Amino acid sequence: MDNLLKAIFSAEFVYSIIRVTTPLLFAGLAALIANKGGVLHIAYEGIMVTAAFCGVVGSAYSQSLLVGLLSGLAGGLLISFLLGYFSLILRADRTLTGIALNTFASGGTVFMLYVLTNDKGLSTSLNSLTFPIVNIPIIKNIPILGTALSGHNVLTYVSFICVFLVFVVLYKTPFGLRIRTVGENEDAASSVGVKVIRVKFITLLISGAIASLGGVYMSMGYLSWFARDMIAGRGFMGIAAQNLGGEPLSTMIAALFFGLANALSNVLQTLNIPAEFVQVIPYVATLIGLAAYSGSMKRNKINKKS
Amino acid sequence: MLSRMTNKNNVEKQFEILRTLVAIAIALSIAFIIILLISDNPINALASFVIGPLTTTRRLGNIVEALIPLLFTGTAVSLIFSANQTNLAVEGAFFIGGVGASFMATQLNLPPGIHLVVALIVAGIIGALACGIPAILYIKFDARPVVSSLMVNYVCLYLGLAVINHVIRDPAAGFLASFKFNKTAVLPKIIKGTNVHFGIFLGIIIVILGYLYLYKYKKGYEIRMVGKNVDFAKYSGINVNSVLMSAQLLGGFIAGMGGAVEVLGMYNRFQYQKLTGHGFDGILVGIIAKNNPKLVPLTALFLAYIRVGADVMSRVSDIPIELVSIIQAIIIMFVVAERFLYKLKHKKIVSLSRNEINEKEEIVNG
Repeated sequence: MDNLLKAIFSAEFVYSIIRVTTPLLFAGLAALIANKGGVLHIAYEGIMVTAAFCGVVGSAYSQSLLVGLLSGLAGGLLISFLLGYFSLILRADRTLTGIALNTFASGGTVFMLYVLTNDKGLSTSLNSLTFPIVNIPIIKNIPILGTALSGHNVLTYVSFICVFLVFVVLYKTPFGLRIRTVGENEDAASSVGVKVIRVKFITLLISGAIASLGGVYMSMGYLSWFARDMIAGRGFMGIAAQNLGGEPLSTMIAALFFGLANALSNVLQTLNIPAEFVQVIPYVATLIGLAAYSGSMKRNKINKKS
Repeated sequence: MLSRMTNKNNVEKQFEILRTLVAIAIALSIAFIIILLISDNPINALASFVIGPLTTTRRLGNIVEALIPLLFTGTAVSLIFSANQTNLAVEGAFFIGGVGASFMATQLNLPPGIHLVVALIVAGIIGALACGIPAILYIKFDARPVVSSLMVNYVCLYLGLAVINHVIRDPAAGFLASFKFNKTAVLPKIIKGTNVHFGIFLGIIIVILGYLYLYKYKKGYEIRMVGKNVDFAKYSGINVNSVLMSAQLLGGFIAGMGGAVEVLGMYNRFQYQKLTGHGFDGILVGIIAKNNPKLVPLTALFLAYIRVGADVMSRVSDIPIELVSIIQAIIIMFVVAERFLYKLKHKKIVSLSRNEINEKEEIVNG
């Protein structure tokens, strides 16, 4: 117990929370912007795994971080584009298309990994690159704060900057207004001349690009290789974070909460507490959070009516 | 008037079938193209994929073995999706059902037959609980079942693994697996030289019961009505919440039982380490079958066939079995794409209506 407390109340623990939160935050923000535009879907898992894979392959064959990043984005955007084309143009059910694309991405990445490396599990035989660690000039010298906040992967900082960017795009730009209008009432939007399908499509692509960054972080930051199904539900957790949060800042807080549960499960595992009970924490927390949040929304609605 | 309606309905139905067939054709063509592009010996790979499953008794058996769990999850998904609930917890229900059955099969001593029935029922109840959680969250708290059911799947996985790892783990097994099942609880094999087991009969019974329930009983009609138009169902005096609940509990029960049949029929200990994918395969089966259990055996057979084909191919050639995921995904996407082949359908309906107008005018004029 003493060990546990020591492990939790430390700067290293805060550092690890931020580290595991990063992909959840990217996924959460991606889901948030999609939800605002009325195109929330469940293909983030597939987008992220494809981006993770393409990033590794791109950087390994070009030995350029930029090419890695761009190919990761391209991979994620391809899945987003397919989702957009099928759900918006061909009017396919978005959830079912999402399931299909997740299956496609999970199988397709392993398929390509095998074709490229003759390995179905890991990409360790590819000499891929990782994004650099950034030390923040003044903060890194402050004792506890420095350990916790400085020395993260550059994409971690990008993810937190994205919270601000998503807020600005949604609430301070004309296009953000259009996204929200389409999300709230597409008939009204189309009646004043907004091209609904186009706005939805662009929203999907923006959301896909953000999620792709999360995928790229997984294989080129969090780890330095691609592993099959390495997203492991993080895309789904991002949707849950968005569901709990609802706005950029609160989505970040929700993502940090899931990050805390994840980091806690990592710590507890090293202390011989049955791993399964700890691994299940984030998912149970999400379920409780969903019930509490949706429940409070429902009460509000009823109160308003009466 | 009546004949016109049926004519149009016929066109709709024909196009549903056409679209499904075209979707399958596109998916298989893409698969063939991938094989041609990637394989060093494409003819061999293609041949093993297409006719490989038919070449030996063992492989024919493999098809039936792969078919059995899909009969359960396909029927479960048909029930749940008929109520228009995107509850994906079938996957978790299948897994935790298998765990529950394994617990019963290793810990109890009961007479043969009764032991099996007890294990199946317990698995079903646990599966129903799994699918019931998203249902309750939706009914009580308005939480969309998509996200909550995905979370439930992971909860099922880790709780199930906890039971296997800390309660019924056999340390002598050499890997993470349960104790061996008691002989009284396993499903007997029925064909020599294969692993085809008694579960095939149970699966067929479940499909038939599922069909009768959904299409011949009042309860099933209510489920479909709620799925088609919730408001209409409400105004016709149907208790929507109870219908939603019963559809998902039943679906979960069938999925949990499917998990039990799979582990007790195919293996002698529980040895899964992660979710098996049978639930998501069931979703594919349900979608192609248009949520009608009557068509589940056919679509399940198709899926089982390409599974075994890809398995054979991955063993004799350089094409990995993951090709199946790609085929599956393409099929789902084209089958659910409403506007795919829409123009063709539209033209057909227009020409049909024109003919009818002409006929009418002839009658009036004549």
